[in-house]
Amino acid sequence: MTTHNWTPDQPLISIRDVHKSFGDLEVLKGITLDVRQGEVICIIGPSGSGKSTLIRCINALNPINSGSIKVEGQEVNDPKLDKLALRKKVGMVFQQYNLFPHKTALENIMMAPVKVLNEPVDEVEQRARKLMKRVNLIGKEDAYPGELSGGQQQRVAIARSLAMNPDVILFDEVTAALDPETVNEVLLAIKDLAQDGMTCILVTHEMGFAREVADHIYFTDRGVIVEHGPPATFFTEASDPRTQEFLSQIL
Amino acid sequence: MAIKLDNSQTDLPVLKPFNYSPAGQPGDLQFSRWLAEVPPHGFIGLLLLACLWPVIAAAQSNFTTTQAFEALWRWMPFLLTKGFLLNVVVSFLTMLIGTIAGILLGLGQISPINWLRRSCWFITQLFRNSPWLVLLFIVMLAFPFEIQIGDTIIPIPDWMKAVFGLSLPIMANIAEVVRGGVQSVSTGQWEAAESLAYTRQQTLWMIILPQCFKRMIPPWMNWYAILTMATPLISLLGVEEIITLSRQAMESEDNHPELLMPFFGFSLVIFFIYCYPIARLTMKLEKRFNVKG
Amino acid sequence: MNGFQQYFYDLAQEYPRWNFIFFYDPTQSDRVIQGLWMTLELSVICVILSVVIGILGAWLQGAPSKTVRIIVQGYIQFFRNTPPLVQLLFFYFALGQFTPTYSPDGWLEVPIISNVGWAIISLSFFAGAFNVEIFRAGIESVPESTQEAAEALCMNRAQIFRYVVFPLAFRVSLPALNNNLVNLVKTTTQALAIAVPELLYQMISIYNDYSTAQYACMLVLFVAYIVLVGILVFGMNHWERKIKVPGYGN
Repeated sequence: MTTHNWTPDQPLISIRDVHKSFGDLEVLKGITLDVRQGEVICIIGPSGSGKSTLIRCINALNPINSGSIKVEGQEVNDPKLDKLALRKKVGMVFQQYNLFPHKTALENIMMAPVKVLNEPVDEVEQRARKLMKRVNLIGKEDAYPGELSGGQQQRVAIARSLAMNPDVILFDEVTAALDPETVNEVLLAIKDLAQDGMTCILVTHEMGFAREVADHIYFTDRGVIVEHGPPATFFTEASDPRTQEFLSQIL
Repeated sequence: MAIKLDNSQTDLPVLKPFNYSPAGQPGDLQFSRWLAEVPPHGFIGLLLLACLWPVIAAAQSNFTTTQAFEALWRWMPFLLTKGFLLNVVVSFLTMLIGTIAGILLGLGQISPINWLRRSCWFITQLFRNSPWLVLLFIVMLAFPFEIQIGDTIIPIPDWMKAVFGLSLPIMANIAEVVRGGVQSVSTGQWEAAESLAYTRQQTLWMIILPQCFKRMIPPWMNWYAILTMATPLISLLGVEEIITLSRQAMESEDNHPELLMPFFGFSLVIFFIYCYPIARLTMKLEKRFNVKG
Repeated sequence: MNGFQQYFYDLAQEYPRWNFIFFYDPTQSDRVIQGLWMTLELSVICVILSVVIGILGAWLQGAPSKTVRIIVQGYIQFFRNTPPLVQLLFFYFALGQFTPTYSPDGWLEVPIISNVGWAIISLSFFAGAFNVEIFRAGIESVPESTQEAAEALCMNRAQIFRYVVFPLAFRVSLPALNNNLVNLVKTTTQALAIAVPELLYQMISIYNDYSTAQYACMLVLFVAYIVLVGILVFGMNHWERKIKVPGYGN
């Protein structure tokens, strides 16, 4: 796994002037942002603003039309990109249909390290049990996703991403499909991760969480970053009228 | 609002629904839908294909295309009046008997009387899952060839026995249509009727059935079309309908292989012409009757 | 004759209409067993072939070429909505004309695809047409999000198909596949039309030879198919319950 002359003092993820279109519709119109190691970034904005598309581009799930995304110095837009190596560094948790319904929670967590990385089963199992403990799901190891609540499923999904030992985890609106009661348990697990030093990029609508846990907040609208800043100043001193309109609608 | 989870239900779905309806479901209309959607040029195409064959075959022998079609032309009135007419008569009678028996069987399946419900369910499953040909064979053998009522002896021709044979699976399938139709009416209707002091019989005949009657017509017509297409089965048991007569006609014309396509093609075309308007009517009625209830 | 055979022999003497001749006469019981065997053979071979055709068709349905997609769609619609009897007759008589023949003894011309062969081809295509739709629906019920989650976990396309898409599509389609299998077993009786010696054909032959065996033939025939279908349905339900995905459907 090459590091391409990257050192930890440089940004972990470096996004420069990224443009992305779906056919005729341009969804990202020049996004530039940096993520440093250990930071928690929240990306907020109205639907259709391109937030989900952006983080999916970081993971090479969607290709970009122009610009550059560098993860630990490795250019994602490179046609010779080793996707396996990239996705080992960058984990992702989705909004729904996250888990594999035909495998138990423990098997879900163990599956990728065993089948893809060919790690020994006993080691992986031990690690998987520890991860389930970390997300507070002891006793549910042999439950199938269909027997778990939404919040429990998402926590298993987080543990599953952690099993690959990534350097950064992307969260794509992971609480949007959940009942309000279960949202908290998931946010608690993410907060826990963040406090342990994991670099996180969250697309979310949970403003309370953003204010409490984020190091930096980016507001996107119609494909551009309108405004950004640390939570301390972002929510109180937003200057752009679009930001103010959005914040007034949701707060 | 606490979420109560039983052992296999989650509040977050794990898979998308399975988007497939097998044939034989109470509301299934696939046959009619397909038939109704055959465009006119598909029809012509089929006709041309049927005509292409004799051309190919003729290139290899002495018997020309024109002679094949001349033979067909000669036999056509006979095939239509003595052959196809029988198919139609059989289909009408089968549908008549099958529908009446099916309605009774279907209503029996939702009866509160335990033994009635169970035996009706059993009979329905029995005849739905048996091969049609086996039922035909059994009925045609077992049925007496004449019935004696008092002093009169009524002979029963073999096509009538075939009618009884085919009406068994039709009865079972119509029973399913009826059961499906009645069960599709929301329980709210039953509860409302009960609160107005209707008896069960009254509720069924005055409130439930009139509502689902219209919705049952398209699947019923669908089964009629399927039945009509299945009547050639009786030719295997000796009944002289269009397929048997076609074979006999071809034999009397010395069995030239060039005759195969025109004669069988003709049968196919005749069935098409008969079932096509039925299919279109079925789809039209389905749109009209598709009331959400 | 052992006790079982003796009983039915005596029964035939006492009740002339209930001649279960195939229970005590070895020649007749041979015929019945051959018929049963042929039915089972047809069913098993056609199921396997139809699954292969189904997978192939489902894959071709996603082909970029529009002609291919139209051909596959036309195939499905034709075989789903025309009676299997017509399909059997068409394959045997119409297409059978074209099969090359070989001559084992210089006189007789034997076609290389026998009537049994055509029955297998016809019935496989018949069941295959339904399977294409079943597999397509099964694959479509696996959400894209789940596949992307697998992709985000470093699985390549082959691994995603093998560990995620196929196991899920299979579990979800199994009930419909079983329905199709039962339908196929019932449809094998129509191979009678092209003189394939399956169970119904053999029973009719026995009845033609021994008219006293009439009731016996009918009864055993009816029971045989009920039992066959019953065993199949029972076994399939058992299998379905074992591999069911918890939390899916109701």
